[in-house]
Amino acid sequence: MTDQTAPGLDRSQAYLALVRQRRLYGSVLTVLFVVALVAGFRVADDRNAGGFWEGLPQILDFPADVIAEAWRRAGELPGLLWHFLPSLIETLNIAAVSTLTGAFIAFFLALLSTRGLARWPRLVPLFRRLMDVLRAIPDIVIALVLIFLMGGGPVPAMIAIAIHTAGALGKQFSEVNENADLKPVEGLASTGAVWGQQMWLGVVPQVAPNYLSYALLRFEINIRASAILGFVGAGGLGYDLRNAISWGMGQFAESAAIFILLFGTIVLFDQLSSQWRDRLIRERSRA
Amino acid sequence: MISDDLSIIRAATYHRFLRRRLVAFAVPLGLLVYFAYVFVAFDMGGLWQRMRWDNMTTFLSDSYSYKTHVTRNNRSGEVVVAIEGERKGTYPAGQLPDWVTQSGDETRVSLGGSIFATFAGERLLVERPGEPMLEAWREGGEVRINRAAEEYPDWISYSPTRLDVTTPHGRVSLTRAKTEVFRYFPGWEMFFFTLESPYYGHGLIDLLAGPQLDPARSNLAGMWQDFWGNPIWRHSEVLWALGETVLMAFLGTFGAALVALPLAYLAARNFAPLVALRVLVRRVFDFLRGVDGLIWTILLSRAFGPGPLTGSLAILLTDTGSFGKLFSEALENVDDRQIEGVQSTGANAVQRYRFGVLPQIVPVLLSQVFYYLESNTRSATIIGAITGGGIGLLLTQAIQTQKDWEEVTYYVVLIILMVFIMDAVSGWLRRRLIRG
Repeated sequence: MTDQTAPGLDRSQAYLALVRQRRLYGSVLTVLFVVALVAGFRVADDRNAGGFWEGLPQILDFPADVIAEAWRRAGELPGLLWHFLPSLIETLNIAAVSTLTGAFIAFFLALLSTRGLARWPRLVPLFRRLMDVLRAIPDIVIALVLIFLMGGGPVPAMIAIAIHTAGALGKQFSEVNENADLKPVEGLASTGAVWGQQMWLGVVPQVAPNYLSYALLRFEINIRASAILGFVGAGGLGYDLRNAISWGMGQFAESAAIFILLFGTIVLFDQLSSQWRDRLIRERSRA
Repeated sequence: MISDDLSIIRAATYHRFLRRRLVAFAVPLGLLVYFAYVFVAFDMGGLWQRMRWDNMTTFLSDSYSYKTHVTRNNRSGEVVVAIEGERKGTYPAGQLPDWVTQSGDETRVSLGGSIFATFAGERLLVERPGEPMLEAWREGGEVRINRAAEEYPDWISYSPTRLDVTTPHGRVSLTRAKTEVFRYFPGWEMFFFTLESPYYGHGLIDLLAGPQLDPARSNLAGMWQDFWGNPIWRHSEVLWALGETVLMAFLGTFGAALVALPLAYLAARNFAPLVALRVLVRRVFDFLRGVDGLIWTILLSRAFGPGPLTGSLAILLTDTGSFGKLFSEALENVDDRQIEGVQSTGANAVQRYRFGVLPQIVPVLLSQVFYYLESNTRSATIIGAITGGGIGLLLTQAIQTQKDWEEVTYYVVLIILMVFIMDAVSGWLRRRLIRG
């Protein structure tokens, strides 16, 4: 009897010791984390042009100015919205084209970098690293260099975002591919189908809904990216926003119109894409 | 009966196939039309003409090589040797590089491959093996050379106001005001030490094992000081800027996670105390996300000025929206049985959260937070470029001067390394924390 309880007691004590140890580690980590966060904010505050506490009371000044001006010139707002519509379309076009071309490149990169599907299995690590590099370069770096080489306009932004999209979607697509059922591919291979046919008829029908869902999410991200790149000179709504803001007073109604367009577009596409993605997932789970 | 069924199925299948084929045809056609429209709208046809090929050449050659100027001011007769023609890179007289030799009024510059350019008084001589000596001088305000027009080889470009000679590793030009020789070298100039440093031009082994060059300090300490304080490349400032960018990403991401977690409880269907509050919090999340980092950055930089704090807060606000949405979805998927199990032991509300809910969601949340940390490193670079702070600011400044492309390349390499390292670290932490 005693022979049986003693190891049990030992075990529960060992377990409790383990739990205590883990909690100790956990609390030490938490304390370190909080210290790092607080210290980090102090460093950031020190190196900022204006301090946090001095700036806090002024935080509403700019929005208040913009709203007051927009309110005063409320009659002009519809005209301004119409005036900036072409820029909005340009921003959306940049996002759409770069998502489409990026997804197209990602499609091939993903197939080439998935084990079991790759055309050249030995080159899988190479294509993976390539996608890592494409993802790692911030799009603003490519955009700024391309603006220097080809002048301002939508094309540099489009190329920059497409490169990033190819890397980011390529990774997500290849994760989807890894879960694909290989039986259709084997079946097709037994009928003598070449690699392209195996992929197009065996893999693509399985992965298409997930691809579409990731591409939609990416489109939404790319709208934001395209607006930001506009701000550094790549055309579209962001470019107009920078001009409206840097002209300072008197341009606040223009700024407000651009804010409204940008906010409305982002929210609209956010809702649309999340609804569409929900529907895709529901259809998939029903099938 | 059976044949009726079959014919219905047959018709339906046929119809479905027809639709598929139509879609398979219509989608690529639609894309093609769209691309054609964009091609026109973005004026891609005119892109080729607008392409700045000269900028492209400068950018490419600058990013991996530098040039040293040997300039003779033709009015004063003074000869200056300077890296990239900059004042900080000027060689002091008497300490010229070994490919420039001076004797009296003659300066002889080796351009590699037995090609020499010589400033002999007012005359410029260019020697190329297997070719007659090219001689150029100024006469009555014009540039003259000893070749007739029909015998110019393709490496000479001549007009009465200017002579240009290109060689594989350099360029020679003569105008009325000055005679100039550029010699190109691979690499980044003065990356480790500037000319003022006693360590310039010595090999690493030479410095580590060789005699002490500066009596005041040991070689190792001096090398570190001179490298770290390099006035042209400013390594210490660049590292600080990288640190600022990482700091923005860190503060923004984790700050947002801390703010979003309590709010997410209010927005989750199964934890929300009030329906109205839940809807309100959700709208707040949507608003924070919808306003987007760009607008937040602009608003905040008006109040706080440029700098890392502004960037951190911009990321914090945007990501509070994203995390709020993700966290509340994670909370809605929590398994109730674990909470009931904890409750059955007599746990109170706090204990139920601590032991019933948190262990379920923490791995999911941390995984998302670390995923965002890596992507926010890139966002912080971009925000830094907009509002002024971190490596993004240095990068835009270097690009705007349109001169120091080697610095642009340096920053780009560092940014990519930074993102790689953040990716590796956050991936490692994610795997460790999820495993427990």
